[in-house]
Amino acid sequence: MAYQIVDKCVNCTACEMVCPNDAISADVNQFNIDPLLCTECAEAFADPQCTSICPVEGAILDELGEAVNPPGSLTGIIPLVAA
Amino acid sequence: MKLPVLDNDTSLATSEGCQSSGCGSSDDSLTHLPEEIRNKVANHPCFSEKAHHYFARMHVAVAPACNIQCNYCNRKYDCSNESRPGVVSEVLTPAQAVKKVKAVAAEIPQMSVLGIAGPGDPLANPQKTFETFRRLSDEAPDIKLCVSTNGLNLPASVEEICKHNIDHVTITINCLDPKIGAKIYPWIYWDHRRIRGEEAAAILIEQQQKGLEMLVERGVLVKVNSVLIPGVNDQHLKEVSRVVKEKGAFLHNVMPLIAEAEHGTYYGLTGQREPTAAEVEEIQNSCSGDMNMMRHCRQCRADAVGLLGEDRGEEFTLDKIEAMEIDYPAAMEKRAQVHQEILEKLDADSGAAVQPQVPAASRPVRMAVATKGQGLINQHFGHAREFLVYEASPEGVRFVNHRTLPRPYCEGGDTCGEDAESLMAIVIRELQDCEVLLASRVGFEPWSALEEAGIQPNGEHALEGIEEAILAVYQKMQAEGQLQAKQPSLQTA
Ligand code: SF4
Ligand code: SF4
Repeated sequence: MAYQIVDKCVNCTACEMVCPNDAISADVNQFNIDPLLCTECAEAFADPQCTSICPVEGAILDELGEAVNPPGSLTGIIPLVAA
Repeated sequence: MKLPVLDNDTSLATSEGCQSSGCGSSDDSLTHLPEEIRNKVANHPCFSEKAHHYFARMHVAVAPACNIQCNYCNRKYDCSNESRPGVVSEVLTPAQAVKKVKAVAAEIPQMSVLGIAGPGDPLANPQKTFETFRRLSDEAPDIKLCVSTNGLNLPASVEEICKHNIDHVTITINCLDPKIGAKIYPWIYWDHRRIRGEEAAAILIEQQQKGLEMLVERGVLVKVNSVLIPGVNDQHLKEVSRVVKEKGAFLHNVMPLIAEAEHGTYYGLTGQREPTAAEVEEIQNSCSGDMNMMRHCRQCRADAVGLLGEDRGEEFTLDKIEAMEIDYPAAMEKRAQVHQEILEKLDADSGAAVQPQVPAASRPVRMAVATKGQGLINQHFGHAREFLVYEASPEGVRFVNHRTLPRPYCEGGDTCGEDAESLMAIVIRELQDCEVLLASRVGFEPWSALEEAGIQPNGEHALEGIEEAILAVYQKMQAEGQLQAKQPSLQTA
């Protein structure tokens, strides 16, 4: 069970600061989650911390590969759906 | 040493606005402040309109993370075309930031203030922010330190702020009412949760107000910034002004919303309009009965370097500062001397009378000025990226605000670009309330276009002091009989 950061990450460092397990660190172009350290915050908090502070929709995926913060969920900007 | 920059001749008092001769004599001036506060702000370009012609400021971008989302912000970086808060090109480590500050302090000795303003929220990055402050108060004690925040982590940071010689804190307070807040802040990160809507806004507002009170109690100067969002908080800002003043904030800065679609912000993409210059001025005036207003703010980027309105950040990129050798003790001596000279000059200027010799019934006239700083008319029309607008009236000369262009009319070289015509239209629109434009030179083509639009270009006062020149032009207009009737086209505040 682990979350994953993808290349939408803007390197704001917020998730790194709040992760209770020090699972997050900077990589060359983006931040990464160490799958061996990530517990999805299960033991520590009601909500996973990285996805509670990340400002970018779609930057963090859950273990099923789904965006935890899908488009529109943070900014309120609903993406245009092709007609 | 006497520091009367903000405190001069009271004969110029008017009922509103910032008396440009020192921001010092009108109702919304800083004159009522206790002496020790006035001394603290005398060389601060952001607090004193007068000082901002001479003293420079810089921001270092050490604080990337944020703990709230604002609808006027988009968390993308590295867009060097943009000049607005929250945007930077390079995030620095505290060690790099300290090196950069010292390099700038040595190269630009008139730099008096170092701020940490982002690109996220400085207090959401407490380790990086406070390590930078701690090292700077040790290694560069002659630099004033200040920090801006959205206020959410402020109460928790007050102790730490008091440890580091930080004498100014800016809190962005856009509202006191959670209903309004919910339209500005989609979420906050608080107590390990993402909280939304009115609940989020209520927590943020509470922390901001508590932080403000705690800082005032401890004698830290607090300035309040508000973003004016038409239709959202415009009618509410007067109340904000009243309350924050009551709680002890010493300055309120109402700034226009920046909401261009290409910035990708919620407001930009949803068509929220920006306020016009006249609207900003109107709100500033309506707040000024309650509060000192600040009118010369340039909404700097979180890594801005230089005089307000200029950005010399390009000269101090990481690779460039790495290569610089800085002798800070020597720089400090030079800086002390430069600062002393500027303060003496401001001191001397503040004695000069700027009361126009015109009949009391003469109508006010607005004039635009092209300046590179030093309080002089010293910029070519074609090189100006912004104009300062002043109003001359029988009571004196007061600073109104600045008007920014997307780029200068002549971007270097001798050609003025294919889009000179459309730029001219922008200049004319931005300066529609002005009747005169003072610059060190105005080229032939723009001269005719300005004249046609009812803005008289004037190059006769090149290298003269701004206020003296405006005064001279105003008196000449009076002598020529131009000041009798109110012009119908003139926009008044
Ligand atoms: S889910 Fe929790 S443990 Fe896993 S990376 Fe995010 S903050 Fe760290
Ligand atoms: S909070 Fe989101 S955007 Fe910021 S570093 Fe982490 S994953 Fe990247």
